[in-house]
Amino acid sequence: MAKYRAPIQSKASQIFDVIFLVILTLGALFVPLKMGLSGAAKTVAEPMEGATWEALGQTPAQAAQYEALGYTPESAHDLILARFDYSFTAGALIAMIVIIVAYYVLMLKFSESEYREVIAEKFDGK
Amino acid sequence: MANTDITSKEMDGMGPHGTVVGLLRVLGPAHVWALGVGIVLVGEYMGWNFAVGKGGAYAALIACWFAGILYTCVAMIDSEVTSTVAAAGGQYTQAKHIVGPLMAFNVGLYLTFAYTMLEAANAITAGYLISVVASMTGYAGELDQRPFIIMVIMFLAWLNYRGVLATLTFNLVITAIAFVAIIVLFLSTSGILGGGIMQHAALMEGHELPYGWIGVLAAMHFGLWYYLGIEGTTQAAEEVRSPARALPFGTLAGIMTLLIAATLTWYVCSGILPWEYLGDGVDGAVAPLFSAAQLSGSNALVWLLGIGTLFATLASANGCINDASRAWFAMGRDKYLPGWFGAVHPKYRTPYRSIIFLVPIALIFALGAPLDQVITFSILSGLLEYTFMPLNVILFRKKWPLNSIKRGYEHPFHPLPAIVLLCLCGITFFAVFLGYGTQLIAMIGFYIVVSLWFHFWRYRFVNRGTQFTMPWPKPQGY
Repeated sequence: MAKYRAPIQSKASQIFDVIFLVILTLGALFVPLKMGLSGAAKTVAEPMEGATWEALGQTPAQAAQYEALGYTPESAHDLILARFDYSFTAGALIAMIVIIVAYYVLMLKFSESEYREVIAEKFDGK
Repeated sequence: MANTDITSKEMDGMGPHGTVVGLLRVLGPAHVWALGVGIVLVGEYMGWNFAVGKGGAYAALIACWFAGILYTCVAMIDSEVTSTVAAAGGQYTQAKHIVGPLMAFNVGLYLTFAYTMLEAANAITAGYLISVVASMTGYAGELDQRPFIIMVIMFLAWLNYRGVLATLTFNLVITAIAFVAIIVLFLSTSGILGGGIMQHAALMEGHELPYGWIGVLAAMHFGLWYYLGIEGTTQAAEEVRSPARALPFGTLAGIMTLLIAATLTWYVCSGILPWEYLGDGVDGAVAPLFSAAQLSGSNALVWLLGIGTLFATLASANGCINDASRAWFAMGRDKYLPGWFGAVHPKYRTPYRSIIFLVPIALIFALGAPLDQVITFSILSGLLEYTFMPLNVILFRKKWPLNSIKRGYEHPFHPLPAIVLLCLCGITFFAVFLGYGTQLIAMIGFYIVVSLWFHFWRYRFVNRGTQFTMPWPKPQGY
């Protein structure tokens, strides 16, 4: 079996490859962001009218630090009350596990077949 | 037994690949330490505090220590493999020799994106800091941070373009100053020098675990930020004078430094700042150590921590450009990416095309995405890389047992660190899923698509046997 000789890639094809990778990279971050699916949005479940430090659940020591940072109960309202929502469905969790495991299985399987070619050519001269 | 001399002059730089000009071997252990700690120390100055937002202050401390265990495993594993696979590209080159080309391609992308996103996050923080300094010095109105973000990235890219020794010597100095600033803040505010202003009990009263124990799990997501990037020491493998000694020493000294810095940082910030403010790194404490200094009542501390924050962001961005460009360069050299990227500058001996190419990518992210999203993108790439490491070291020991090739360092208790690392990575995936599940799926989707693209298209341009450049015997089982 002859050694594998990689074809020469044209300049246009090289540029296309780079553009393809860049578009995918930007898409992975910006598509969820632009579609409002980026998660991590903390929300205030029950907004409070006429908030005070006590009503916001702050002790005098905590309130004093907020005031030192330049906050009032009104301006600190969202900062203090906003919370993540950690509720999730079993289906979503299972889907995530399946996707991650499938990714690694796919990668290890393809890598192994490529690796065997590399080792065969390097050490066995095939 | 094959005696693999990784300090051999024949293996220098591009040598094994048949080109004349290689990367310069000019770095020592201190530079390796500066590269690792320099990239990561900014994690104490910004970003880690999102862990407080996800679970509360105590959750962030637990995450800090568990993430510390995770990174200790990373450093141990990395030190063994890298002290043997001493070539630019770090974990990318390890994966190429140990697991296979597709894994290597993915690892190369993890490295590039983890570091480029971290660089973008640093530039955002530097821009924020300059706007705060402007308002402190009397500037009225909202300062446009964008020119400063652009300047930071462009300046550091230029520094990297000009040469690695100057770049990492610069890092060594500013990293040391940033580390000393944390120590001084701790000594000044904890009561060791003068009056203490810590009030942990009072500030956490009623808010010990605001999300319960699930918040502790969730906090692991940003707990990684305390240390993310320490594994970047391996990128300098082709440029250190003595890889077998300098890489393990620099990496392990680095993780010890960071464990101390991370714990001190948590102690100072959670004892001075209310947790809701501390935990919001976008609308609250963008730079928490700096915010803590502002509440200390000492102008000297405010300036010291302001300078420390700026230096930490510059050191980190500087190291990130260094590491991301090496990974991109190594992939170009192997034709995993267009070979044009695999060029070394004829005068400065740096991977200049890769450095230049990654500048606009960093700028797009720094100017177009919020800080927590950029950090999450970086953390996810890092997490995928850490999940690869236990697989890598298990295969490494299986294919080349201890007596088959000479290692610069052998990590103890194998395979315990690999198993612990794999378990902690699983927990961190779940932590990211809590609140940032869409990004996680988008990111994995991205890597699946590029993997298929690589396997079915790009790999045809890669020669097979020549990828294997280490003078090792044939792996067992093949």
